[in-house]
Amino acid sequence: MSESGSMEGSFHLMGGDFTNAGSASSELKAKLVNFGVAQSIVRRAAIAAFEAEMNVIIHAVAGTMHYLITAEALTITVTDMGPGIKDIKQAMKEGFSTAPDWVREMGWGAGMGLPNISKHSDFFKLDTVIGEGTTLEIFFRLKERNADS
Amino acid sequence: MQLSKIIKLVKGSVVIDGGVEDVDITSVCSADLLSNVLRYGKRGALLVTCLNQPQVIRSAELSDIPAVLLALGGTPEKDMIALAREKNVVLITTFLPMYTTCGILYSAGLKSCVEE
Amino acid sequence: MLTVSDVAEKLGLKVVVQGDLSEIVSGCYVSDLLSDVMAHSKERELWITLQTHPNIVAVAVIKGIAALILTNGRNPEPATIIKAETEKMTIMISPHSTFELAGLLYSMIKESRPSQAGPS
Repeated sequence: MSESGSMEGSFHLMGGDFTNAGSASSELKAKLVNFGVAQSIVRRAAIAAFEAEMNVIIHAVAGTMHYLITAEALTITVTDMGPGIKDIKQAMKEGFSTAPDWVREMGWGAGMGLPNISKHSDFFKLDTVIGEGTTLEIFFRLKERNADS
Repeated sequence: MQLSKIIKLVKGSVVIDGGVEDVDITSVCSADLLSNVLRYGKRGALLVTCLNQPQVIRSAELSDIPAVLLALGGTPEKDMIALAREKNVVLITTFLPMYTTCGILYSAGLKSCVEE
Repeated sequence: MLTVSDVAEKLGLKVVVQGDLSEIVSGCYVSDLLSDVMAHSKERELWITLQTHPNIVAVAVIKGIAALILTNGRNPEPATIIKAETEKMTIMISPHSTFELAGLLYSMIKESRPSQAGPS
């Protein structure tokens, strides 16, 4: 169990890399558990991170997932080099997807990525530049850590 | 409901046993689109799906779903089996289609994981 | 024998696009994967799904699906509605989850066929 007050790290994400899709989120989840973050927050963070990771893999060329945990908060920042988001309002609607059809046969493209991130996080910030990429900052307020592992 | 009972009801086969004796399943989530699993799935649920992809296991692992039931007689992909083993997610298969699987489990008293 | 109209009425489903509601229902198919529905669904089955995009109409028409039911209160996309209206493919919405709706339909369809033994 970590005794330091904070922890941070990052993962590289490759566009189109469906084979490893979710591995960054999975590693992050393990780190959060080891750090003693409350289980309910770990679950929400893992889901939000996974959706953000999949957005990079489905839509972008490449990206990074960075995490920072302090006593007060967990921040997950996912930045990508990609097409950007043309219509954020539409993208926030459940069921709206710009993913190609073949992606749906792999189980993605339901148009729930950003809505899921919104639902599972305390709040998030989105910056996007068309033709360049998108940055998502996802925030979780932390309560007391688990007393034991 | 204990997972062992569910397996009997759907005439299922265990591919990966997750390293635990038995799991208490509290609800069922039926979906093939993984974002819907992430959206509606609950901790302790059973995921029933036809999607034969390792990311099903990933979705289960990340949302604290302990067991995945692959319907319609699908033989799980090697990568899916390997990931289930690595992450201790119980992986079961049944020859029954999704509709019949859901029908049997619902009739047996299991609830949906989706909150109204 | 159950018709699409019977199912809509008994389960309180909202009919968003009205095709032939007198069609007799042969069973149900539950899937969100188009390739799976194309491979395994049967004519006159109800197709239960969370998918909302227009491709579901094309697949439903090709496979002779009796009606589409979208679960979790999902609305079809506007383009999906237009396509369904053109093809006269019934789309209904259920407030239930896929699991619940499948469960309810399973009992309903089983009861409507007293002479047919269900899976033990």
